[in-house]
Amino acid sequence: MNGIHNVEDVNKIPVLVHDLTVAYHHKPVLWDVDFEVEEGQIVGIIGPNGAGKSTLIKAILELVSKTSGRVLIYGEPYRKQRSLVGYVPQRESVDWDFPVNALDVVLMGLYGKIGWCRPVTKNYKDLAMVAMERVGMADYAKRQISQLSGGQQQRIFLARALVQDAKIYFMDEPFVGVDAATEKAIVTILHDLKSKGKTVLIVHHTLQTVKQYFDSLIMLNMRIVATGLTSEVFTQKNLHKTYGGRLTLLEEAVQAYTREGRIDE
Amino acid sequence: MNWTDLDNWIVITGIFSALSCAILGNFMVLRRLSMMGDAISHAVLPGLAAAFLLSGSRDSITMFAGAAVVGILTAIFTDIIHRLGKVEESASMGVVFTTLFALGLIMIVKGADAVDLDPGCVLYGAIELVPLDTKTVFGIPVPRAVIALATVLIINLLFVIIFYKELKISSFDPDLATTVGANALWMHFMLMTLVAITTVASFESVGSILVIAMLIVPAATAYLITEQLRTMIIVSLLIAELSAILGHCGALTLPRLWGFSDTSTAGMIAVASGAIFFLTLFLSPKHGIVFKSIKRFWTFLKISREDILGLLYRLSELKFPNDVRFDSNLFSKVTGSGAFMYHAAILSLKLERKVIAEKNDYKLTNLGKKSAASLIRSHRLWESYLYKYLNIPIDHLHFSAERFEHVTDAKMQEQLSLGTESPTQDPHGKNIPE
Repeated sequence: MNGIHNVEDVNKIPVLVHDLTVAYHHKPVLWDVDFEVEEGQIVGIIGPNGAGKSTLIKAILELVSKTSGRVLIYGEPYRKQRSLVGYVPQRESVDWDFPVNALDVVLMGLYGKIGWCRPVTKNYKDLAMVAMERVGMADYAKRQISQLSGGQQQRIFLARALVQDAKIYFMDEPFVGVDAATEKAIVTILHDLKSKGKTVLIVHHTLQTVKQYFDSLIMLNMRIVATGLTSEVFTQKNLHKTYGGRLTLLEEAVQAYTREGRIDE
Repeated sequence: MNWTDLDNWIVITGIFSALSCAILGNFMVLRRLSMMGDAISHAVLPGLAAAFLLSGSRDSITMFAGAAVVGILTAIFTDIIHRLGKVEESASMGVVFTTLFALGLIMIVKGADAVDLDPGCVLYGAIELVPLDTKTVFGIPVPRAVIALATVLIINLLFVIIFYKELKISSFDPDLATTVGANALWMHFMLMTLVAITTVASFESVGSILVIAMLIVPAATAYLITEQLRTMIIVSLLIAELSAILGHCGALTLPRLWGFSDTSTAGMIAVASGAIFFLTLFLSPKHGIVFKSIKRFWTFLKISREDILGLLYRLSELKFPNDVRFDSNLFSKVTGSGAFMYHAAILSLKLERKVIAEKNDYKLTNLGKKSAASLIRSHRLWESYLYKYLNIPIDHLHFSAERFEHVTDAKMQEQLSLGTESPTQDPHGKNIPE
């Protein structure tokens, strides 16, 4: 997957990550990550806890700083392509007691489009309502967000991403803690997005549903274990490499590296 | 109370300072940065002192500049120590602001001894002296502090109105804010700068400790009773204004009731806002402790009443003569509730004429029998239902049914009856009343 591309090819690739390394406090969380994603696919990012799945997304979106490496979104750095990218953070990452209602949260997805210092007009509210309709939450628009169930909160987050009308979506564990109806609703939306040629990258951790949901996979454990079509890479061997076996040598090296780092300080 | 022009200015100073603080306080509370307000309000001191020592004047603009610089430095230092030192954010705040505050105190004591920048003033402010230092604006002598505070209030209001959207998103979801282009870090530093400036403007009148009460308490109070950011901000402003007025009135009147002379207005403003906070905590309809207790009491009373009805009904079912007497002991044994609930429930049942006292005993009236029969019907239908559908062992049925009977209405009763094919007896073989 990491052949050399000419410029035209690169411009057609939704997400291209080259030699990405991220470290917190001298401790690498992601090492030499290389992969690219094909347009119009639903891509699962799987791996054990602490494998760096969320960090990978955050590094691509420049929410955490990269130690080294390059990320291209349709051939350009993320900064220039912000409007093409939608993001659904983990549900626990925000304070659900915050004094806003569901509609407000969905509208936040449009703030980039509305622009700095401009008021939210009725047009935008209509757009937000359409998105809420799509996730079956239109009746809850005026509810304070703390009064929504976990599944409903997740749908609100999804609606917020939908209004962004992006070409690439990054979703961090959207299936965690949701009811069966919401899970189904999310899957329907994903298929809808796919049929419109959008690309979706999803951090996921329930292995049972992997085959059913994802066209291709990024199997991650600090470094890439395998990438490619689900039918090809979702094998016992790769799973063992990702989850089991625990890469003892690498871990030792990391610890040594961390100790060195401390001495340097 | 002897109200003069001076009092007017004191109240206006208090209101302006309370409003400027409260409006920013909303975002501090929502971002869980309340302690940052504390840190900045203390840490600006060396900025003030340095500005004063360098320029030799107490000119507001120089002071503001000095404070703003140190305010931002506080935010930056805290962040750096938090990251590099791997200490908790609140701990790194503690390190930064105490160090800076102490540095400021030393600078004041050593360098600015000759002038009226004294440590006591820094801590508690001197709002009573504010009207004495005036400047003429449009022919009216206006206290300098009022001019400064009015300017800051306008700046803060404009900031919140213009960047309302950005403040909202970066407070709620900083990561998303950054990805849609409303840089959360920038909003953070702009907010911190304004907090520093506001603190300095309020310093002279309310001091560095009480300013925290003004920043945090009105917003925290509003947070208890509102569900929308806009309403929260408006309510916090009303509370801020109210505390400033009540504070000054209280300072003039309250101590005299006990024969003392006037007390500090700034202190009383903080006390007033604290009092409003606790009143709200007790009385708010949604989270208020008072309302919650009342609601709990009603629920208990309802359940106890129904338990008594059921108990009397079951006693009347016993065919053979027996010496089981209905009293508060039996009630406690069966329901686990105390004598107080028993008497309250009996009293309310007597008032509704569902039970009557007979010698030393209580009997159901016809009306009481009807309510009791319906309750027993719910209970026994539930037993039948649970037995049929959930296979709960026969000796476990009673307690589940006991809980459900209190929430069963006529419609549920009908459905239960349908689901169990309208039985006439429950699984224990007892008759189900019509």
